Amino acid sequence: MTSAALRSRAWKLLEMVTTPLLPSDYLDLVSPLRAGGDLRGRIEAVHPETGDAATLVIRPGRGWRGHTAGQYVRIGVDVDGVRLWRAYSVTSPSNRQDGRITITVKAIPDGKVSNHLVRRAQPGTLIQLDQATGDFVVPEARPAKVLYLTAGSGITPVMGMLRDIELDDVVMVHSAPQPQDVIFRNDLHDLVADKKLRLTELHTDTDGMLDISRLDELVPDWAERETWACGPAGLLDAAEDHWTEHGVPERLHTERFRPGVVVTGDGGEVTFGTTGKTVDADGATPLLDVGEEAGVLMPSGCRMGICFGCVTPLTAGAVRDLRTGEITEAGPGVLIQTCVSAAAGPCDIER
Amino acid sequence: MTAIDPTAHLTAEQIEELGRELDAIRDEVIAGRGEKDAAYIRKVISAQRKLELFSRGVLLFSIFPPAWLVGTAGLSVAKIMENMEIGHNVLHGQWDWMRDPKIHSTTWDWDHVSPAEQWKHSHNELHHTYTNVIGKDNDLGYGIMRVDEDQKWHPFHLGQPLWNFINACFFEYGIAAYDLELGKNLNKRRRKNPEFRARARAVGRKIRKQVLKDYVIHPLLSGPSFLTTLAATFTANLVRNIWSHSVIMCGHFPEGVQVFERRSIKGETRGQWYLRQMMGSANISGSKAMHFMTGNLSHQIEHHLFPDLPSNRYAEVAVKVRALFEKYELEYVTGPLPKQVFSAWHKVFRLSLPNRKPRVKTPDREQELVAA
Ligand code: FES
Repeated sequence: MTSAALRSRAWKLLEMVTTPLLPSDYLDLVSPLRAGGDLRGRIEAVHPETGDAATLVIRPGRGWRGHTAGQYVRIGVDVDGVRLWRAYSVTSPSNRQDGRITITVKAIPDGKVSNHLVRRAQPGTLIQLDQATGDFVVPEARPAKVLYLTAGSGITPVMGMLRDIELDDVVMVHSAPQPQDVIFRNDLHDLVADKKLRLTELHTDTDGMLDISRLDELVPDWAERETWACGPAGLLDAAEDHWTEHGVPERLHTERFRPGVVVTGDGGEVTFGTTGKTVDADGATPLLDVGEEAGVLMPSGCRMGICFGCVTPLTAGAVRDLRTGEITEAGPGVLIQTCVSAAAGPCDIER
Repeated sequence: MTAIDPTAHLTAEQIEELGRELDAIRDEVIAGRGEKDAAYIRKVISAQRKLELFSRGVLLFSIFPPAWLVGTAGLSVAKIMENMEIGHNVLHGQWDWMRDPKIHSTTWDWDHVSPAEQWKHSHNELHHTYTNVIGKDNDLGYGIMRVDEDQKWHPFHLGQPLWNFINACFFEYGIAAYDLELGKNLNKRRRKNPEFRARARAVGRKIRKQVLKDYVIHPLLSGPSFLTTLAATFTANLVRNIWSHSVIMCGHFPEGVQVFERRSIKGETRGQWYLRQMMGSANISGSKAMHFMTGNLSHQIEHHLFPDLPSNRYAEVAVKVRALFEKYELEYVTGPLPKQVFSAWHKVFRLSLPNRKPRVKTPDREQELVAA
């Protein structure tokens, strides 16, 4: 018998020992970051960057496969007891000696996770981790001339690149409200002092927003540069138009942080993902009824919110709890009770 | 059965007002759920796992009597924690709000021969929706006992103290059979039903795993302590079964608890539903440790009003609920464990015999129950 087969036999036996739990449920007690377990990380330090941004040093579990500069990682954090998932760019170089990674988080107004991470995260806390992903990366064949066009926390993936890859001719145009809001300001100025970067820093509180047509004056050869842009949607939209107008759209790479904000309302179009049915629902009819009405096979039980027999993943949009009025937005691992939830805007349900 | 409806003094408006007050209690807990509660359940789960691991470890040496005693006691407690405070409550969805896929009603499995899926259906859905409605809630006597004067007597019921005792010893098997609706499915036609067969197979698989673990693998691992480990696991399961059976009997069977007729719940309002839960359940009084070991089912009344609230909150909810009982002049059935267990057993004995005679000329029970 091969050793792999032997190991799988041994594991099967171990599973019989621990049933109905799994051996990993016990191993998690002592070694949550071990190889072969679910990927997790431990926050080891939190360093403030600006008044509302901080860098988290994370020790990833043994299963971490590393990242490429510019990629992001999804993390699951428990905020007030509820697990929430968000994506953040990795800001550490890919060859960091101690195997740790860093992410840099800017607290956005009303941002549950970002505020928690910046202001309350404690070293020692375990978080859930996904492997790094994203194609906002510099290709193996290094371009000769590069432009980084960033604003606000859009600097984070680019900082990951700057720390990772040395290029000959790098220009950066970065916007932030005021000098003290510029994340990594010291690092950037150090790079400038070492002649590794030419930087234009714009302060939107005094200079106003970047008018994309000013690029000609700020970076006269912008059209010849391979460009990576990251920042608010307005900036990226303007950049995409500008690059297209000048016939060089392929030179522009963009990264959008927050996919469209969920619009909540009263009722909306409900899509049943598995069956592919779409129907209009009002804001007072339980989604269970909406689905049944449309001929979708919906699991159910008590129909009054107590048995949890109707729990179904909410994959997009938002719903309102008909008992408390509470809004639940879609996200990874978000399950809703369809018998007491109504559409609060367009939403997708896995049925 | 009480011939006189204990809720007759309430007007329809009062009942709806009561419902609103209970909703407010629920909303308050939901708004306040947070980090502390999450930390609580995680701590309990981790403590349970450690205790089980420790006890199983000690039982490897159970050939030595002190090790047998410590291991058996530890395993019994671990099994009780696992079924009561953790399994029952997680499977109720009490911790779903944490969105932790490892502590979730859709993924949890418990140390029990009834598969979680089947139990959730018969318990969460049927029992909790139709609490104490004769013919709808099979928990009323588990289909093998007569627990209300209004249920028809049959000579079979003469043996019910014995049935109940056997059920207590092998409670988890009783529950599995009950979740399968075994009695009703044993006739030829139903036995062949593919849906029933699939469920029966699931039970079979679960039983096989449980039995293998407790009665084969762990004893084998103990080597020379094979027999003593086997005896220890058997004892722990017995203790757990008798304990949970006793706690559960106290929830709906003691004297003073009401049962309802099928037709009485037609068109039931939210307030009436709440009222039925209040009148159909009974509590156990006692210390914090006692509440913990019952999985907080000692707060059965509160649990039935709000089956999805985290169990660690029932104690504080109970104070407010009890105040409502007083305000609306309703009887809050509670008492220490021995008293409640005695009361439930007394009923099992009493109703094994046919009713001597209806204590009151049967009033139109239906009408009186419509108000309930
Ligand atoms: S059907 Fe019971 S909770 Fe939705």
